[in-house]
Amino acid sequence: MHTVGYRMNAVLTLGVTILALICAMASLADNLNLPSPSAHVQVLNINWFQKQPNGNDEVSLTLNVSADLQSMFTWNTKQVFVFLAAEYETPQNALNQVSLWDSILPSKEHAKFLIHTTNKYRFTDQESNLRGKEFNLTLHWHVMPKTGKMFADKIVMTGYNLPQEYR
Amino acid sequence: MGWIGETVDSIKSIQIRQVLTQAVSLGMIVTSALIIWKALMCITGSESPVVVVLSGSMEPGFKRGDILFLHMSNDPIRAGEIVVFNVDGREIPIVHRVIKVHERQDTGEVDILTKGDNNYGDDRLLYAHGQLWLQRHHIMGRAVGFLPYVGWVTIIMTEKPIIKYILIGALGLLVITSKD
Repeated sequence: MHTVGYRMNAVLTLGVTILALICAMASLADNLNLPSPSAHVQVLNINWFQKQPNGNDEVSLTLNVSADLQSMFTWNTKQVFVFLAAEYETPQNALNQVSLWDSILPSKEHAKFLIHTTNKYRFTDQESNLRGKEFNLTLHWHVMPKTGKMFADKIVMTGYNLPQEYR
Repeated sequence: MGWIGETVDSIKSIQIRQVLTQAVSLGMIVTSALIIWKALMCITGSESPVVVVLSGSMEPGFKRGDILFLHMSNDPIRAGEIVVFNVDGREIPIVHRVIKVHERQDTGEVDILTKGDNNYGDDRLLYAHGQLWLQRHHIMGRAVGFLPYVGWVTIIMTEKPIIKYILIGALGLLVITSKD
């Protein structure tokens, strides 16, 4: 009964169980965090706006993105992935989500930022529906934990418009 | 002479019983593992509820050897979610983030574009030749949970099969020689 093998087995089992418990508790503790994020996005300029040869509208924007996501960080947070998406409805699509810009926030110190940028990914429609289109800009963030459950949330900012004519 | 025969018989009978119990307990271990896996499949709705990250394309979020728990519900797929998808003609599923979604008005079908956080460009180069979008049927599940390092066990075992055989052999020996 009390051989080396049994003792090693017992120690190993206990160790793994405790580790698993600590991981579960760390993940559960994330639920106690009540974040208060804020975000503000400004479209500074429409750099160009045209119809591609394949018939899809494409637009290039210059944006000011400012946000404070410091309250998202807990002791179980590895990083926060943040991205800005243009969201709009067209006659054929109930929802279009086009990511324009994203960033990885590795720590709390980087979580309050003001960024001046053009869109990192192409803002392209699937057809030619962008002229005069009203769209939302949504700041999404995905919290990646050191271990356990991942969280995601967003702030929707409404009332952005594209021009009536190509330029 | 009689007592020798009796002893031999009793030893023989004990050994048979022992072998049988060992076989049964080994069967129990294997089947319970199978039950847990299948139960997870039912609960998560994903054909592989747990995947091991094999590439560094999602670093620093997910590193090689980390484990992801997948969930496949009927909820629509949205930008920002980390999905596991299969591309026609590729055996190994890929874990990347959704960056564009176009959902049809009438049918509800979706066109999805993905990208690895650590990759420079989007995934169109990884898709099948001429494929611009992923559809719903390419998606195996979305990542909901994360456990670091544990996947190294399977990576080591697939890359160094000798370790797998040594481990299986040692466990088998343990089962055969143990008496309880």
